[in-house]
Amino acid sequence: MSIFVAQDTRLLIQGMGRMGQFHCGLSQEFGTEVVAGIAPGKAGLTLQGVPIFESVRDAVRETGANTSVVFVPGPFAADAVLEAVAAGIGLVVAVTEFIPVRDMLRVCHAISGSGSRLIGPNCPGLLSPGEKIRIGISPSSIFRAGEVGVVSRSGTLTYESVNQLSKLGIGQSTCIGIGGDPIPGTNFIDVLDAFEKDPATRAVVMIGEIGGSAEEEAAEFVSSEMSKPVAAFIAGRTAPPGKRMGHAGAIISGGSGAAIDKLQALEKAGIAVAESPAEIGKTLRQAAGL
Amino acid sequence: MNVHEYQAKALLREYGVEVPVGKLAMSAEEAEAAASEIGGTVAVKAQIHAGGRGKGGGIKVVKTPADARSAAAAMLGSRLVTPQTDVEGKLVRRVYVEAGTQIDRELYFAILVDRSTQNVVVLASTEGGVEIEAVAAETPEKILTVQVDPLVGLSDYQVRNLGLDLGLEGKQAASLVKLGQALYRLFVEKDCSQVEVNPLVVSGDSVIALDCKLNFDDNALFRHPDIRELRDLDEEDAREAEASDYDLSWVSLEGNIGCMVNGAGLAMATMDIIKLYGGSPANFLDVGGGVTPEGATRAFRLILADPNVKAILVNIFGGIVRCDVIAEGVIEAARSIGLKVPLVVRLDGTNAEQGRKMLEESGLDIVSAKGMADAAEAVCKVARG
Repeated sequence: MSIFVAQDTRLLIQGMGRMGQFHCGLSQEFGTEVVAGIAPGKAGLTLQGVPIFESVRDAVRETGANTSVVFVPGPFAADAVLEAVAAGIGLVVAVTEFIPVRDMLRVCHAISGSGSRLIGPNCPGLLSPGEKIRIGISPSSIFRAGEVGVVSRSGTLTYESVNQLSKLGIGQSTCIGIGGDPIPGTNFIDVLDAFEKDPATRAVVMIGEIGGSAEEEAAEFVSSEMSKPVAAFIAGRTAPPGKRMGHAGAIISGGSGAAIDKLQALEKAGIAVAESPAEIGKTLRQAAGL
Repeated sequence: MNVHEYQAKALLREYGVEVPVGKLAMSAEEAEAAASEIGGTVAVKAQIHAGGRGKGGGIKVVKTPADARSAAAAMLGSRLVTPQTDVEGKLVRRVYVEAGTQIDRELYFAILVDRSTQNVVVLASTEGGVEIEAVAAETPEKILTVQVDPLVGLSDYQVRNLGLDLGLEGKQAASLVKLGQALYRLFVEKDCSQVEVNPLVVSGDSVIALDCKLNFDDNALFRHPDIRELRDLDEEDAREAEASDYDLSWVSLEGNIGCMVNGAGLAMATMDIIKLYGGSPANFLDVGGGVTPEGATRAFRLILADPNVKAILVNIFGGIVRCDVIAEGVIEAARSIGLKVPLVVRLDGTNAEQGRKMLEESGLDIVSAKGMADAAEAVCKVARG
């Protein structure tokens, strides 16, 4: 079982360009059912064996798509997310990087209360090895099915930790990249809450980084609401203040967002924190007694 | 993206915010002319992208055009060190000459995004003219905040209430509402990430923006060609600017281990693990997901151009990035520029085997590492010499 998606996932790909088609193929190989794609001016064609539509509304009506992944470029991505939610898509995963903050503020407020969930943007997406569901861009070969949930603001650090877990023989239930942007559709607490309630998840790995206060808020949630063991890593202990470290959200500004504050909050909440990024897997194994 | 004070003030003026009369000067002569045109007491202000200029001697209040000339002459061409610059300071290339303002009170006013509530937030304080971080740390109760739903926008009553809490009266409060609405409109329409007026001075019946700092959302610059034109490359680190031309994300640091990594999180973690093994990173570099062999070559050239670099660590976990593409770029750069420092490479993920084989067969002197810990340990060892 996976969180946020079910076995009846019928995936729609918004933005069937080069990247959309490439990852469409990889998701299909992994066993995910891709039912439709959107590409402007290509309606009626079939790409990667998938019928292409002009609008999400048409794709949903014709194929029963219930989940979508957005590869649309930054300037147009907010519109794509709103279109998917308006068409009744229950889960939208936005891989797109470089979406303006103002657009994301509007989107997050507009879709709250709609019943739809947005994961991302600027994220690798969701992968559930046991359910054979791959939505996004993760390299599927490193995953193995199991009982550890992974949630992370960083794509490559998700891969790094998943790889460490798999090499230790520890499989994963669901892995979710919530993205490196300052205004994410889904935050740590949303995912931690779902993992706590998910009978298929026994322990959780949480990967944070500098910028904002999402890790501090998550730490509080873990200490008051969670019974399952959590292991964590925070990237950016050596990052200088005032500099954007690759991700739009990874910046220490106005005296907040430093790694040390996050580390203290995590430790105070009883979360096992890996000192080294090479020890994330081992830290989880110890914390969960696996 | 940051802009200079004089550019920010021009935008404020365009939006109807009251700012003092001012003129830009590129030379001492121009500063003198500006001062005599403005008349009376003027402030000569160094234009650099860093705050705390007053503390570093970058703001001088003078009474005559001749004094404006000598103040400008002292600043122009000198390096200004402030609490927000590094020890080297920043070269002053231009000054802004501004009419003196009667100051009754100094307030603080800012608009930014609250990441936790996903709202826009307006901050105000009676403690203007000082660093707001210090106020936040010592007397947080003196910072007033107003949450603004981005779909609703800023309401007049919200600013009016702020004015009351700041102790403004009558026409001053009305002046604050006008300023607040103008700044909010600027914040939204120009995709600012921060609008900060510090100090906002109360002068008779008006509130006047005496200093102003604007930051813009880089991701939204595509819809603001006018703002993009305000970019001053002289104020940016040369390598950071060059890297951004190639869609590489780079931050220059002070250590001696050059880093080339894919993904922001892994790149930060690589810096962290280098430190953990006693080394010090020379840079942060995320080559991104869509990197080509040319991009990888350029990235490698940037690292090699830093004379401080004593060793290089390439740490790639291939997802979308293919390890063979990285290997090709590394080999190409090393061959064309010549590799004079030790190179440690860790490749994992997509096409790692192929990449490792290419490096092995290249004949270059490369240490191949398994995993991050091995790689960090090896590179720190060779960097120590």
